[in-house]
Amino acid sequence: MAAIELDQVTKIYRRHGHRRQFATLKSALLTGSLVHDLRPDETFRALSDVSLSVPKGVSFGVIGRNGSGKSTLLKLVAGITKPTSGQVHVKGRVSALIELGAGFHPEISGRENVFINGIMLGLSRREIEQRFDEIVEFSELEEFIDAPVKTYSSGMYMRLGFAVAVHVDPEILLVDEVLAVGDEGFSLKCLDKFAEFKRRGKTILLVTHGLSMVERFCDEAVWLEAGENQTTGDPKRVVQMYLTDVEKAEDELLAATDAKAQQAPVMASPPNPVDDDTPPTPDPSAPVVSPEDTASGPEAQADPDEPPADMFTASEGRWGSGLVRIEEVTLEGEHGAARVFHTGERMTVRMLVVADQPVDDFAFGISIFTTEGVCCYGTNTHIEEHESASLDGAGEVRFVIERLDLVEGTYKIDVAVHKRDGFSYDYHRLLYTFRVKSRTKDVGV
Amino acid sequence: MLANLSRLFRYRGLVQTLVARELKARYRGSVLGFFWSFVNPLLLLLVYTFVFTQVLPRGEEVDLEPYAVFLFCGLLPWTWFSSSLSESANVLIINGNLIKKVMFPAEILPIVSVIANMFHFLFGLPILIAFLFFYAIPLHVAELVWFPFVMLVQFVLTLGFSMVLAALTVHFRDIKDLLMNVLTLWMFASPIIYPMTWLSPRAKFFMDFNPFAHLAISYQEILFYDGPFGHWKWLLALAVAGGGLFILGYALFDRLRDSFAEEV
Repeated sequence: MAAIELDQVTKIYRRHGHRRQFATLKSALLTGSLVHDLRPDETFRALSDVSLSVPKGVSFGVIGRNGSGKSTLLKLVAGITKPTSGQVHVKGRVSALIELGAGFHPEISGRENVFINGIMLGLSRREIEQRFDEIVEFSELEEFIDAPVKTYSSGMYMRLGFAVAVHVDPEILLVDEVLAVGDEGFSLKCLDKFAEFKRRGKTILLVTHGLSMVERFCDEAVWLEAGENQTTGDPKRVVQMYLTDVEKAEDELLAATDAKAQQAPVMASPPNPVDDDTPPTPDPSAPVVSPEDTASGPEAQADPDEPPADMFTASEGRWGSGLVRIEEVTLEGEHGAARVFHTGERMTVRMLVVADQPVDDFAFGISIFTTEGVCCYGTNTHIEEHESASLDGAGEVRFVIERLDLVEGTYKIDVAVHKRDGFSYDYHRLLYTFRVKSRTKDVGV
Repeated sequence: MLANLSRLFRYRGLVQTLVARELKARYRGSVLGFFWSFVNPLLLLLVYTFVFTQVLPRGEEVDLEPYAVFLFCGLLPWTWFSSSLSESANVLIINGNLIKKVMFPAEILPIVSVIANMFHFLFGLPILIAFLFFYAIPLHVAELVWFPFVMLVQFVLTLGFSMVLAALTVHFRDIKDLLMNVLTLWMFASPIIYPMTWLSPRAKFFMDFNPFAHLAISYQEILFYDGPFGHWKWLLALAVAGGGLFILGYALFDRLRDSFAEEV
């Protein structure tokens, strides 16, 4: 038998447009903005056609991005809002851990607030009296229970709210991202409480971004995407599908960000580099570059300025003489181009290189930086003592990291081709971003 | 609607708790504490008595002596009425987190406002009684039995207005500001600081449409003026109208209920 049943539920919010927010009686009557508000472009579909069935005694996880309709789903089950269409059936007493301590009055004591909150959540005065000691003990607020709630820290406030809500003894517990309550010890206590609920055959609906929690704790899960039921079923499978999708989106986002960074320096550089004491003509001392090349190359010519004085604090950009150019850089994981990698995976940095004329004196380099600008790793073909005779025309350079042993985080890389003494042909500074994910939350750089 | 009304009865424990909380929290932190419930109406009375006997003295009107008692008979119920209305207009917005985040019967909130203010009215009564004794104003049991009924009519009427205001203010925030001025006007348009006898027949005709006027007159007749309670017909009519307003207000509230969680 299902404890919670959603049948083709759709929830449409009226979007609070500019006009709506400041709507007045007058404007509603005079301009007929009530009609205006119901126009389709003024509405927001928070949930669309979602059907779900949560059997009694099941712990059910709800995951999805921000704004995917998770909280709306919870509010519908709690009965706080009504569906625009469809049916919501809930069997049993519901306690919603959506807003902890909602309705606490700051001026009166914790003790009185426990009673008032308990009554609000549907307990009788007698029931609260029976559970009062347990509630206080659970909240660890014995010393402060007679102080006004306004003197509580936010953690104490949440703890008291949580303690009352879980002692309502609901048949269905709705939890919305409230595990960040209090310190480590209290969080564990909350988890124990949830486990106890589960043991006693209560139904739990858990909305969270803590995916490992869903995998560990839930019997079933649903992934909501833009208000639609993307997939339902085994939590491990649902979480994995969700993660894959998140990584795909991250890939695209990182690629888009990089594309923007790569465009920026080109647009920012003046058509002709201007020196203080020379007229705006091509610098005769600059390395020879064929004029057609400067004009025709879509990425234009790398700015032949000297590289920034301090390489370690320079921001994104591209510079160099352009004698040898890195035309394209792609990052590849084990399954083709990617921007998101897992710790220990293989990463290949592939560079397409073009030399306009034969060059002997060159080295390829790469460095990996954290987003804070700390260099994690750097090398070049010169240091590694790969000597190749000469470079002419187009070619490809691959830099393979067999095991990407970086801790979780976002990294940027520099790639460069330069003379062995350091003179840059083409230097791409922090133009490529990738992200490392790790199942274990190691720390370090 | 009927099912909802019967549910209201089930919530009496919650209403009781919230009223108690309201009264307790009201003066928390002040030196005089609960004593303010008595001091407030007394100070209000002093201010008005001072203004209308010293600053703006009236002519020699024998039937208005002592003026302080006459004033108090209208001012005390007016405070109940106007505070309830202005609090109700705000109450859903202030308690937005209850409505948005918890399954909470929203109609409780304006009801709590009206009842809490009724208690302040009751706490002001001893002051009024003290004045009545001090000036040795004769009271008649036949008139005094009407007093609870007048209160009941006022309660139902106030509740009706409160429901309408609470529900509409969620959608039209302007009502809050408008209401302050309407209430000021309303007070001066009611026979509180002046007696009905001062009015022209034309003004009296309009006054009949002012529900609070009938309440004020009833209180004055029962407590201040000598002679039998003659306003009872109007009071009964007002009771019917008040009941109607309450049902209407509740229906409106019920109708808009689902939008509160989204609009607050």
